[in-house]
This record gives sequence, structure tokens and C-alpha cells, in this order.
Amino acid sequence: MAKTRLIQRILAALGAGIIAFILVGPIMGLKIEGYDFVANWTSPLTLAAFVCIARLVLGYVPLDRIRHSHSDTAPRQTKRSPVQVAALGVLLVVLAASLPFFASKYWISVSIIALIYVLLGLGLNIVVGLAGLLDLGFVGFYAVGAYGYALGFKYFGLGFWGALPTGALMAGLFGAILGFPVLRMHGDYLAIVTLGFGEIIRLILNNWLDVTGGPNGLDAPPPTFFGWEFKRAATQGGVPFHEVFNLDYSPQVLDSFVYLVLLAAVVITIYAVMRLRRMPVGRAWEALREDEIACRSLGLNHVTIKLSAFMMGASIGGVAGVFFAAYQGFVSPVSFSFFESALVLAIVVLGGMGSLTGVVLSALFLTMMPEFLREFADYRILVFGFAMVLIMLWKPRGLVQMRRPYFGLRGN
Amino acid sequence: MVQPLLQVENLLVRFGGILALNHVSFAVAEGSITALIGPNGAGKTTVFNCLTGFYRAHEGRILLREGEGARDLVRELGGFWGGTHRVARAGIARTFQNIRLFADMSVLENLLVAQHRQLNRNLISGFLQLASFRKAEAEAIDFAHFWLKTVGLEGSANQLAGALSYGNQRRLEIARSMCTRPRLICLDEPAAGLNPKETDQLAELIRALRSEHKVTVLVIEHDMSLVMGISEHIIVLNYGQVIAAADPQAIQHDPKVLAAYLGSEDQA
Repeated sequence: MAKTRLIQRILAALGAGIIAFILVGPIMGLKIEGYDFVANWTSPLTLAAFVCIARLVLGYVPLDRIRHSHSDTAPRQTKRSPVQVAALGVLLVVLAASLPFFASKYWISVSIIALIYVLLGLGLNIVVGLAGLLDLGFVGFYAVGAYGYALGFKYFGLGFWGALPTGALMAGLFGAILGFPVLRMHGDYLAIVTLGFGEIIRLILNNWLDVTGGPNGLDAPPPTFFGWEFKRAATQGGVPFHEVFNLDYSPQVLDSFVYLVLLAAVVITIYAVMRLRRMPVGRAWEALREDEIACRSLGLNHVTIKLSAFMMGASIGGVAGVFFAAYQGFVSPVSFSFFESALVLAIVVLGGMGSLTGVVLSALFLTMMPEFLREFADYRILVFGFAMVLIMLWKPRGLVQMRRPYFGLRGN
Repeated sequence: MVQPLLQVENLLVRFGGILALNHVSFAVAEGSITALIGPNGAGKTTVFNCLTGFYRAHEGRILLREGEGARDLVRELGGFWGGTHRVARAGIARTFQNIRLFADMSVLENLLVAQHRQLNRNLISGFLQLASFRKAEAEAIDFAHFWLKTVGLEGSANQLAGALSYGNQRRLEIARSMCTRPRLICLDEPAAGLNPKETDQLAELIRALRSEHKVTVLVIEHDMSLVMGISEHIIVLNYGQVIAAADPQAIQHDPKVLAAYLGSEDQA
């Protein structure tokens, strides 16, 4: 039995090698020199041998088992008590919050970007992972948040703290604007319309020179702490932060501050999404993902459910945008290209649709990894694509699967 | 005579040039088990889709009694806020011929989604887990367990709905529609794909729905022994028209019904 299979594999490998040789032989093996053909069989033979070996190796990869790996997301009673889970959460948050006190400015910046992507991932996770609406234009809401801050500052003198709720609100409004026309769409069509939406926003920002400054971008002010600025010398008679607290001036303080506020926003968002999954709204989103017709037959208004998912996801994206603008101090349309949408979608898909832990981990991984692999910067996208293909093969539902909430027996 | 719970008047539905329903009129009495039968393509599912708000009838009225008056369900579909969900909220629940559960959600969650309207949907109280939110959730979970027990699935509360056996999925779907607290439940071929033993259990369940849970049942079914065994009133459709409406004994001897199902000699 095992012997025949081995022979089969060797035959398949030889066959693949011969086919490869026939295909590439004439192209690579025969060269024209002057008026004559010169045969050089080493390179096609090497290639054929490579194909042969690759085919043999492929035979040992349990493709069937990978493809049909059954996923089990059934609820399970957790072994850990809620207190233990809470303690673990607090420990993680304290660890994360202590980062700015020992890490270098470089690592704080990297962590800020990573956390912004965690926020974006969490936002898109609501739309794609929970409500099952494929959104390829999520960067649009990110841009609305970022430009909302920059424009609000330029025209209305809006500060960072005012921009956080306004940015969320505006992005939510844009979510509703996008939501209305796509209510009847599913899958691919929805993806195309949302893709267009994201591009429209970027193009408006790029071309409306009078208002947005076009490709030149806009300045966004750094955040303040109760009105104290994080500058060496405050503007117009204000007092800078370091003088209030009798500290030496350090440019790192601003970054640390942004990092801590951002961390708080991420923690609040994680808690909110965790709660949402056990709330009627969150369940309705998931029900909509599973079967829209059944939803309607149960008296759920699919219009409001879809809109609420779009708006909630968009608001979180908007908040991420405000943080991005405040941290960079500058926004321009270049930061909101389609690649960002694709990256955020990759974060959600890679992490596991709907899974919070998965999304957070994959956002950290996908934004930190390029920093560790600086030497291979040219191959970043290649590695990225390769990872996606592997995930699709091995774990079609993402690295961490969403586990359904467990309901204990009651009343008996 | 008591006013019926549901009164369908001159329902007319066209699909392109085909007249799917041609002036269909019938009534469903409150607290009855009524069956809708007919050969394939007679328009039974079209009637169901009109009643439950998935199709909008081109003509006619569907009146659901409400207190002293009645509500026209066809009108609930129009307008900006109109739609299928409004019909469901008026008190009509349904199951589907091809089961439509939320397969990737747990059994209990399926039943909680059905109680969406009864729950506390305020975001703030949900985030902060206020007492009112927890109370509404706990009540919904109790109600869900009650229905799981009624359909005999109490051990499967935390399984994925998609992992249940076919017969259990059918029962779960009935439990889910009952969790919307309907007045009329429409069962679309509930016995399809069930073995004889499961069909008997289903008949018991349908009788219990009516007698213990005080809900009116309208059922489409091809299994004649089930239909004749449980229903008090049978409506027979053929080519989009009602050809007979009577009790089971009368239907069994109605020449038009026999002709529709078996063909009559003069037609052949």
C-alpha cells in the first residue's frame, strides 16, 4: 500500500518534471548565436529537476486535511473565572501602559502606529467580521476622522479632545451615507461600491485644493493636556506641560502621551466590542451575516441593523483617524490609499473574522513585523501575500477563531 | 360567527406574465390548525410569502385581526419604514422550507435573536450592564430555555445551530419563530425530510403549539397523513386558485381535489 503510493508519487513527480522540461526546454535550452542554434541543456534540466522535487514534496503535504480542517466554534464553558480574565486583562493593560517609561522614542512611535491599526482592525471587524458586509473602502472613514481634525482645527479651531467625539460622529455620519445606497447589495457588489467610496473620499481630499490643500496636505496640531502644550515653549503666553510639572523638556513626552491616550481608546473599544457581542445589537449583526431573510422573518429591521454596523465601524475608524492626524501632525491624501484598506482587511481576515484577540494580535503582528524585517523591506508585500495564502489554506477562518458566548443553565 | 384571525381577500400575484395567485381568498380561524395543500406549483409558498411579507401582493388584502379592527398586512410593506419585519412584528412568524437557521451561532443565541424586540437594546445600558439590561437578558434566556425544553432540545443550548441533526434543526426553527411571541405561526413543509417517528413527534408539537401555547397554526405540507391527522380546516390550491376549503373528511372526498391530485378521467 505504502509502496504503491510511493511509486505513484515518484511517477507524478517524474511526469511533472518531463512536462516542465518540454515546456521550458526549447525556450531556455536553445539559444540563437548568429545563424545557429546552440543547445544548452543544463538550465532547463535544473529547472525540471526542481519541479520534479517540488512535486514530490507536494505529495507529502496533507492538502486534504488542510482544506477540510473542520472548525469548531461551539461555546465552551470557560475554565477561567471572570475575575481571572479581568486580572489578566488588567495585567496586560498595565504592561502596555508602562511601555513609554522604558522604551525608546522609536519603539513608542511604532507602537502608536500599531495601536492605530488595532483600532482600525476593531472597527472593520464590526463591519466585516460581525455583520458580514465586505467593506474595501474602510480607509475612507479613517480619512474622514483625520481630515475632520485637521480641517476642524484650520477653520473652527477645534482641539484634539473636541475632535475625538466630532471625528467619531462625522465618520459615523459618512458610514450612514455609504450605508444607504448599499443596503440592497451583498458580497462582491458591496465590495466594489465601498472600494469606490474610499477612492472618492481620497480623490476629493486630493483635488479640492481650496479647502483641503490638496496633495500639500494640512497641519494638525499635537494634542494638549488640560490646555498645557507639549512644546519647549508654549505659544502665546501659555505654559508648557514640562514647566507645570517641573520636568526637563523632552520631545518624547508628547509621544508617550499620545500612546497612553490611544491605549485607553483601544481598551475602551475592546471592552465595547466584547460587550456588543453579548448585546442584542451585536447578535443582530451576526444574525444578519448568517441569514438576512431569516432575520427579517423574525421582525428585525435589516436596514437599521446594517446602518448601525456601518456607523459603529466607521466611528471607530474615525477615532483612529483623529489619533493618526494628531500623532503625525500632518495629513495628506497619500496616507489614505487603497493599500491601507487592504491592510486593515488583511488584519481582520488574518486574525480571524469576528475574533477580538485575533484581530488585536494580527494588527500588532502586521504593523510590527515590517519594523523587525527592515532589511527585507523590498519583499514586505511578497511576504505579506505569502502569509495570506498560507492562512487561507491552513486556517480559512483566521488564526484565532471566534468562540461563541457560553450561556449557563438557569432555573434548574 | 367569530371574526377570523386572518382574512385573505382577493390576493393576486403576478410573476411577469404568469398569474401565480388568482384572486385567492380564505380565512384562518383563531386557535385553529389550518393546512394549505395543493400540487407542486399551485402557489402555496407564494401565499406564504405574501402572508409573511416577503412578496407584496399586486391586489387584495391580508387582514390580521387586532382587537376590534384589523390591520392590512399588504400596507405594512410600503413606505419608508415598511418591510417584512413589520409583518413579523404584527404577530406572524414563519419557518422555511429549506431551513434558515443562524448556523454559526449557538442554539441559544438563535432564540435570543428572535427575542430582539423584547430585549433592552439601549447601547449605554448594555455597555454598563445596568440592572434593566441584565433583567431583560435573563428573562430572554429563561424564555429561550423554556422553548428548548418544549421542543426537546434542552441539552443542546450551547451547540452550534448548524451542528444539529436535520430533525432537530427543524424543531429549533419552530422554537425560534415561537420566541417572537407570534399569534399566527406559518410552517412551510415542516415534515420535509423527517422520518416517520420524527413526523409523529412533529404532529404532537404542532398540536401542543395550538392547545398549550395558544397560537394559531397555518401549515403547508405534502405529507397527507400528517395534514389529515392534525388539521381542522384544509385549503386546497391549484393553479393559483382556491379549489376547496373544508374539513379533512370533506376534502378527502371532494371530486375537484381528487382531480387536481390524481387527474380525472374526462381530462385524460
